[in-house]
Amino acid sequence: MQSLSKVWLFCALLLVSSVASANLTIEITRGSDQALPIGVVPFAGSQGMPEDVAQIVQDDLERSGYFDPLARSDMFEQPSQSDDVEFGTWRSLDVRYLVVGRAEQTSGGFEIQFELMDISGQRRMIGETVTVRGNDLRGAAHYISDQIFEEITDIRGAFSTKIAYVTAQGIGDNMQFGLYVADADGRRSEQVLTSDEPIMSPAWSPDGTKLAYVSFETERPAIYIQDVATGQRVMATSFDGINGAPAWSPDGRRIAMSLSKDGQPEIYIMDVANRSVERITNNNSIDTEPAWAPDGRSLLFTSDRSGGPQLYQYSMGGGDAERLTFTGNYNARGRYSPDGEQIFLIHRSSRGYQVARQDLSGDRLVVLSESTRDESPSVAPNGTMVIFATQQGNSGVLSAVSADGRSSFRLPSAQGDVRDPAWSPFLN
Amino acid sequence: MQLKPLARSLAAALSIVVIAGCSSTGGTQDGDSYGSQDGSTTGSSTSGTGTGSQYGSSSGSGAGQQADSRIPEVRTIYFDYDRDTIKSEYESVVMAHARYLRANPSAQVVLHGHTDERGTREYNMALGERRANAVERFLNIQGVSSSQMSVVSYGEERPAVNGQDESAYSQNRRVIFNY
Repeated sequence: MQSLSKVWLFCALLLVSSVASANLTIEITRGSDQALPIGVVPFAGSQGMPEDVAQIVQDDLERSGYFDPLARSDMFEQPSQSDDVEFGTWRSLDVRYLVVGRAEQTSGGFEIQFELMDISGQRRMIGETVTVRGNDLRGAAHYISDQIFEEITDIRGAFSTKIAYVTAQGIGDNMQFGLYVADADGRRSEQVLTSDEPIMSPAWSPDGTKLAYVSFETERPAIYIQDVATGQRVMATSFDGINGAPAWSPDGRRIAMSLSKDGQPEIYIMDVANRSVERITNNNSIDTEPAWAPDGRSLLFTSDRSGGPQLYQYSMGGGDAERLTFTGNYNARGRYSPDGEQIFLIHRSSRGYQVARQDLSGDRLVVLSESTRDESPSVAPNGTMVIFATQQGNSGVLSAVSADGRSSFRLPSAQGDVRDPAWSPFLN
Repeated sequence: MQLKPLARSLAAALSIVVIAGCSSTGGTQDGDSYGSQDGSTTGSSTSGTGTGSQYGSSSGSGAGQQADSRIPEVRTIYFDYDRDTIKSEYESVVMAHARYLRANPSAQVVLHGHTDERGTREYNMALGERRANAVERFLNIQGVSSSQMSVVSYGEERPAVNGQDESAYSQNRRVIFNY
């Protein structure tokens, strides 16, 4: 067995306060028929540890829609290292990949060794020893999931990323709003802000350290920028009228937004350093929900200049914005895929408001979600999943669908409405 | 981080001062909840009297005084789906507010625009603003000074009632006159 090399250190995150009730739990709602069968064997020595690392890895892989994990009850044997793996046993279970590992407690935390095996090729693909400082076993598990996912799919894993989202409870004048940041699987939620006035539209800075969002705490909308780790924040804009829909440029130096200070809501770009704003659109209609292309050269936004809301693309070089969507009479809140070749949006179909995808090379629009009261799509940094807000019964919940629409999962909350999800960039 | 803006409590207290003496008589559902809810939850609290002084003429209103000295009781009007047109049935409501604001040049109103929950949040923010702007324009044409009015859209963020049917939606598509 070749020696396990790379050591990864996990620093304990600067945590503010954990509110257990705001944790979200995953429910897989649709599995992909093309998912790869994989076995994630319980890690030897992990009994009694605060987290079941192998289970977290298994859940991560299943949630991605790329993998169909073997149930633990179907595992005849539970090897903990590659030398002990009987390939024939796993082949008979139709498993294509196998993850084995061991965990042990150390003076400073934990040490986890894992190996990924290709069952049909009868070979060890990768292996690594992960050193965990403190109690961050969940972080270590997501890191392991990232390594496995990338090794097999050639796509960078996004399990170690975060999501920001807004919660709301109550009705009318008596409402309580919260802004939270949680792991991408909905766990370890941390409260960023609470208010009895609305909080909206959280947006991650490209380095993942800050959130821009809209808060009505002064009884009117204003855009704030808050450092996630320290909680320090500044009010960035509080013009008359709407201050909404903040979106960071890929270089982090500018924030596109919608302001109605000069009449109708128009797209503006704010210079983060000096807070000056430059007007981008100028017409007699609603222009809002801007999003930056990954190369920073164009902006996608919603406009009702043709009557109902449709998506338009503005090129930084100038000129008229180009209309992109033509299917149906309601297409809004567009977001680019990380490669800039597709957009994800909310499309009103005959069934309702649904998450859809459109290739920028064509006009064809494909509905991805099965739910019908969808809002706020946000794309994972590796482009594989889109998280969005929808309704389950009378509650707002977060849901996610794979970019190809084949698999989906839901993140219900124990209480209240959850909405306005924003998937973070890669954080490591 | 906990935010409990002082301004909000002051506004709530102020609204109690202002509606004192105006018993709600049915009106629209939303108008009811806006007025009587504050009154019933905070009871006879008058901690906002200091700021209430600028509304002296209204807080002292009684049965014998002329109507224009009181803030009209109906303070919510409703809109059709995806529309910002003031429906004819609500024109009398808006006219009553116009008379009140003209008669009380020191009175200030914040027009809160709201939408139902369908569609995207930020786009709804713009639709709510359109509704409140339509009311502001109407009042302006009726001779109300622009300096007495301001507009805040809440989009779909503060529904009056929960529910996913037209009955709930229709009660959430509204503009509230907030004094």
